[in-house]
Amino acid sequence: MRGPVSALLWRELTVARRLGGGGAMGVAFLLVLVTIVPFAIGPDLNLLSRIGPAILWIAALLAMLLGLDRLFQADAEDGTLDLMQLGATPLELVVLVKCLAHWLTTGLPIVAAAPFLGLMLAQEPEGVFGVGVSLLAGTPALTFIGAVGAAATVSLRRGGLLMALLVLPLCVPALIFGVSAANAAVGGTVPLTTPLAILGALTLGSAALCPIAAAALLRRLGE
Amino acid sequence: MPLVAENLHVRRGGRAIVENVSFRLEKGEALVVSGPNGAGKSTLLRALAGLLPLARGRFSLDGDADEVQSALHYIGHADGMKPALTAQENLAFWGAFLSTGAPGLDPRAALKAVGLGHVAEFPVAYLSAGQKRRVALARLLVARRPVWLLDEPTTALDVAAQANFADLMRAFRADGGMIVAATHAPLGLDDARTLRLEGARREMAA
Repeated sequence: MRGPVSALLWRELTVARRLGGGGAMGVAFLLVLVTIVPFAIGPDLNLLSRIGPAILWIAALLAMLLGLDRLFQADAEDGTLDLMQLGATPLELVVLVKCLAHWLTTGLPIVAAAPFLGLMLAQEPEGVFGVGVSLLAGTPALTFIGAVGAAATVSLRRGGLLMALLVLPLCVPALIFGVSAANAAVGGTVPLTTPLAILGALTLGSAALCPIAAAALLRRLGE
Repeated sequence: MPLVAENLHVRRGGRAIVENVSFRLEKGEALVVSGPNGAGKSTLLRALAGLLPLARGRFSLDGDADEVQSALHYIGHADGMKPALTAQENLAFWGAFLSTGAPGLDPRAALKAVGLGHVAEFPVAYLSAGQKRRVALARLLVARRPVWLLDEPTTALDVAAQANFADLMRAFRADGGMIVAATHAPLGLDDARTLRLEGARREMAA
């Protein structure tokens, strides 16, 4: 017999695997964005390699938000969310586990794919490394912050757009330090560890605060 | 250990939906909440389950109002089952998630008890409405909890399944369980107490 937390994580991962879509869709979206940007900018390799990390980070940010509005919506519709409040597991921990599952199924494929897509944007090996490391440290923060938006819009039929409006401004710090970490890997005055440490702090801080906010929003749902 | 509701008031959207509801159930007793559509039956049950805040009043099990939520099962209008998972996987999850101390039935045994042993390996998406309902009712068995809150539990059930569920409820009550059920259809609860909600006027009969 599993414990409640591991049972929940296993269930989330199984549902994501059976339904499909999550991870593959995010990577495909990333690929499309990275492909169309050079068309818009033109064949200037120097320019591409300079703005490559920013493009990858913006693409990853948008890909992470894709489908995040469904994080709690499916559970709210089929009654699962009600029942989750009856368990001995606090709702905050439930949110944390669901975020973890979302990151594993959506974030991790993006983190794994982004360095390869960096090659399409004329990134040096150091730049590829910097993008990979900064995404690894920063994308969990995007999931946690997005979870608050998803909880706020859970009862809205077309909440996805509103969620993006709510969440995108809050993701700006992660974007700033993510891109600056990726740039620091290539060179510059700031050592890589400084922005990376701030990114890690953003992830840890949002992991601590966002589940509390999201759980509070979900509890108010029925009222 | 009595289940006691004292002067419950529930408000939604600034309007009083449930006013002044009180009841007391001893071990093995059942309460049937009836009333016309919109009388507040579902609202009352959701409030009892802790899913809506009580504007006033107290709901307690054995004098304890804080632990009551982890002592009850709630069957609402939605089944709480993931269509992509099999009936057995769904129940295994709920068994692990809702269990508090005493282990309940094995998911397979619970499905057998509601007459669905043969569809245990089927994704819930492929089951009929009545079968989905029975999987939801099997949840009552995979985690052992002393109070069942049932909101129209026999919706979509055929006659045989209704009789089967009546037997399950009888066995649960014989074991000391307590049931609060909101329903329009007779559930086959013998000697259950009744609570009638009628908009403004509500009275309790023994």
